[in-house]
Amino acid sequence: MRDRLTKAVAACMIALGLTAATAPSQAAETIKVGVLHSLSGTMAISETTLKDVMLMLIEDQNAKGGVLGKKLEPVVVDPASNWPLFAEKARELMQKDKVAAVFGCWTSVSRKSVLPVFEELNGLLFYPVQYEGEESSKNVFYTGAAPNQQAIPAVDYLMSADGGAATRWVLLGTDYVYPRTTNKILRAYLHAKGVADADIMENYTPFGHSDWQTIVAEVKKFASAGKKTAVVSTINGDANVPFYKELGNQGIKADEIPVVAFSVGEEELAGLDTAPLVGHLAAWNYFMSVETPENAAFIKKWRAFIKNAKRVTNDPMEAHFIGFNMWVQAVEQAGTTDVDAVRQAMYGQKVKNLTGGTAVMNTNHHLSKPVLIGEIQPNGQFDIVWRTKDVVPGDAWSDFIPESKKLTADWTFPWVCGNCESPRFGKAVPAGL
Amino acid sequence: MLLCRAIGVILLAASVLTGAARAEPADLDALVQDLGAGGFAQKQKAIDGLAATGDPAAVRSLEAMLDGKLYRRLSDGRVAIGAPSGQVIRLSDPLTGADLGDAAPADVDRVTINNRLRAGLRAALGGLTLLSPEPSVRRSAADAILKARPEGIEPLLRQALTRESDDRVRAAMEQALAAVQLSSAPEPEIRIAALETLSQAANQDVRALVAGLLVKDANGVPAEPDAGVRAAAETTLAAIERRLAMWGILGNLFHGLSLGSVLLLAAVGLAITFGVMGVINMAHGEMVMLGAYTTFIVQEWFRAHAPGAFDYSILVAVPMAFVVAGAVGVAIEQSVIRFLYGRPLETLLATWGISLILQQAVRSAFGPTNREVGAPSWMSGAIEVAGGLTLTYNRLWIIVFSLVVLALLMLLNRATDFGLTMRAVVQNRRMAASMGIRTGRIDALTFGLGSGIAGIAGVALSQIDNVSPNLGQAYIIDSFMVVVFGGVGNLWGTLVGAMSLGLINKFLEPVAGAVLGKILVLVGIILFIQKRPRGLFALKGRAVEA
Repeated sequence: MRDRLTKAVAACMIALGLTAATAPSQAAETIKVGVLHSLSGTMAISETTLKDVMLMLIEDQNAKGGVLGKKLEPVVVDPASNWPLFAEKARELMQKDKVAAVFGCWTSVSRKSVLPVFEELNGLLFYPVQYEGEESSKNVFYTGAAPNQQAIPAVDYLMSADGGAATRWVLLGTDYVYPRTTNKILRAYLHAKGVADADIMENYTPFGHSDWQTIVAEVKKFASAGKKTAVVSTINGDANVPFYKELGNQGIKADEIPVVAFSVGEEELAGLDTAPLVGHLAAWNYFMSVETPENAAFIKKWRAFIKNAKRVTNDPMEAHFIGFNMWVQAVEQAGTTDVDAVRQAMYGQKVKNLTGGTAVMNTNHHLSKPVLIGEIQPNGQFDIVWRTKDVVPGDAWSDFIPESKKLTADWTFPWVCGNCESPRFGKAVPAGL
Repeated sequence: MLLCRAIGVILLAASVLTGAARAEPADLDALVQDLGAGGFAQKQKAIDGLAATGDPAAVRSLEAMLDGKLYRRLSDGRVAIGAPSGQVIRLSDPLTGADLGDAAPADVDRVTINNRLRAGLRAALGGLTLLSPEPSVRRSAADAILKARPEGIEPLLRQALTRESDDRVRAAMEQALAAVQLSSAPEPEIRIAALETLSQAANQDVRALVAGLLVKDANGVPAEPDAGVRAAAETTLAAIERRLAMWGILGNLFHGLSLGSVLLLAAVGLAITFGVMGVINMAHGEMVMLGAYTTFIVQEWFRAHAPGAFDYSILVAVPMAFVVAGAVGVAIEQSVIRFLYGRPLETLLATWGISLILQQAVRSAFGPTNREVGAPSWMSGAIEVAGGLTLTYNRLWIIVFSLVVLALLMLLNRATDFGLTMRAVVQNRRMAASMGIRTGRIDALTFGLGSGIAGIAGVALSQIDNVSPNLGQAYIIDSFMVVVFGGVGNLWGTLVGAMSLGLINKFLEPVAGAVLGKILVLVGIILFIQKRPRGLFALKGRAVEA
């Protein structure tokens, strides 16, 4: 530990010395923004797009005159889908490049890997992807959906008459932290709704699983027990395409066994013939097909920036859009890029959603956003079949896991804590503590 | 809601039975216009109304709605069937088919549906198409009725049965009738007789229906009130389950063979480069990926220049993929590998490096996201055998394709001059050289052959997997596993190795789960290699010692 600290200090000093020696003038003119997304390896498929979005947003902001009168300068690094490398690159961004904030990560593994670095160096990370919750760090702003903003409403929809009134559930997932935690929450939620364990089937597959014949056949078998069955999929990444191809070929129709996915958006469907999949669902806070002037402008800007009139947009892109604009507003308000000041300025920050309504940053570092459920269409887009009337505040700690229910995340006085049962300051704490 | 639908369907049945006058076209038109109106509940009402008319003229509009081809014109609110062509949508009247002119996408709204409406549409179409002249349409109508069991459909079903001449359709209708009786007949005797008919079925939908009778609600009250029917349901369920279990084993067999054929395709190229030549070729997976991307390019060309012949694009892609991957293979051999023969560690590192370069090159050229490779019509869909066993066409073709590729390769190996010289060089390089064989050239061609076959595998894998720069990585470990397990340097070994690994995997998966199943297979192979280091079919003789 001490060794690591001295190393860090040494690295700091060297880095300081270097920047001071080589580019003293440049540092004063621009504000650096770190972009930490994999540009190679397995996750490049999803994360490269987010890197491009960040570049677009930064370019756009510079065209408007930058922030605090200074131009923004993106610093793009490639952690190559390699979880330990994420931590190294994060350290590099903060210590060597002195970035004011970092926008990055996709998988929960990568976020968990950089978390200690951001906390040690008091950095600022904007994490744009829906995730399993059960976390609130004072150095991370979570702009993707927490389980109560995606998984729970989706299950509610499938239970409703319009969604098919499902009473039997298949939870399919890739074998890592996000699906396992989400399914733990879902199982607890289904129990609360009176679903017995015999009516829940849970199945995990490795990353990149490509042979879905047996599992799809098992789902069909499970669904033939006389109760309406629905599938909740937390399958992530590359495995989705073969999964959906198998679903289509085996003729599982959405009105018989609907599949709702939490990690399948417009980008993932782009590599797929969606005609056999019409009616299967996805739950997100954003769909490209939502018709609002803000969304139309965003799509237009994105297509012009990427020079491809067919490129699609998706939910994590909107999350970066919201997160970045909130950060810009917070910096303008604070008048500095100092992390502690910006963090305080972030609370209550408002940005218009691309899907209508206004996103608000809460003191638990999660956003209030609307929840939408869409059906896959033959053109690879989603038809919105259901949406929440109002925005839903993200809940860091699930109410459906007993040990999490007690915990509160609130980084303002008197709590100042990401996982406490009672406020750290104020009256609740007995004297002498 | 349900009552309204029930009344509607009874009306429909009555009208068909008595031959009563069909609904006036004006009513029909009003109902069709309602399909585009308001919320999902109103649309459902319109669907029920159309089903109640019993008029086959409504089928077109309902089918269009199910396919998402029904539009509402914003200017006058008229509902029409739309066919997108280029920048505009060509509208036609849903009843008469008359041309209603073109509309820009901004001037029309697509009529959206949800899963509940989809089920309603299928049930309505089932009723309306039960008397269709096409046997296949009648059969799917019967299947739809079995699934949805709309109330009051019975008289119509009976009428259809008396007219039915096709035995298979008849059987399907009888089952549908039994299913309808089971869920609606008040007399226990009829329900028991219906269960008798249904016990002949091997069908997941019937199983669901029968099992539904035994489901207990929150208070422990079973769905079926009559104890006699419950007992009959239990025997029927047992009979169906026995049959389903048998089909389940056949299903596993098919899944295993299918996985085996994928492994075989992925590994057979490696059986040449690694098995025959002894090059630890880590870039093998990237040759597969190049083949898949070649398929993508060929399909793009077909989409742009000959959309009508799209179904044949795969046939063009196979030789193209062979040439592209083979050429890259020859280039790699000539530029890197030939300097590294006899140095396995350096070869491993060099080919690993090449694989990374190729991945990133493809990522830069085509972007990191998946590319869509379409399935020709003869490779999409499935045959429903029975008992929930569906044999998907793409998997069937891949099994055939993998065996053809292996057979051709064996033929090349055994019956051609190139095969002979190839084997000669592998077995005794110096002797072959002194006989006048240009061993360097044979090495390059052999490596090219192995790479080309990997490219062909890519064409097949593009049908079932992602076409992304990572495609190759997913298969490299499995490929090595097959070649080592089957026995290095032996094509028969590769065949047996691939098929047995596929079968073992698929029989373990339902029991142990995909993750644990894979671990068990790996542990099994490690133990096996301890016992027989040279795999299932070890080459014997001097070549091995060299």
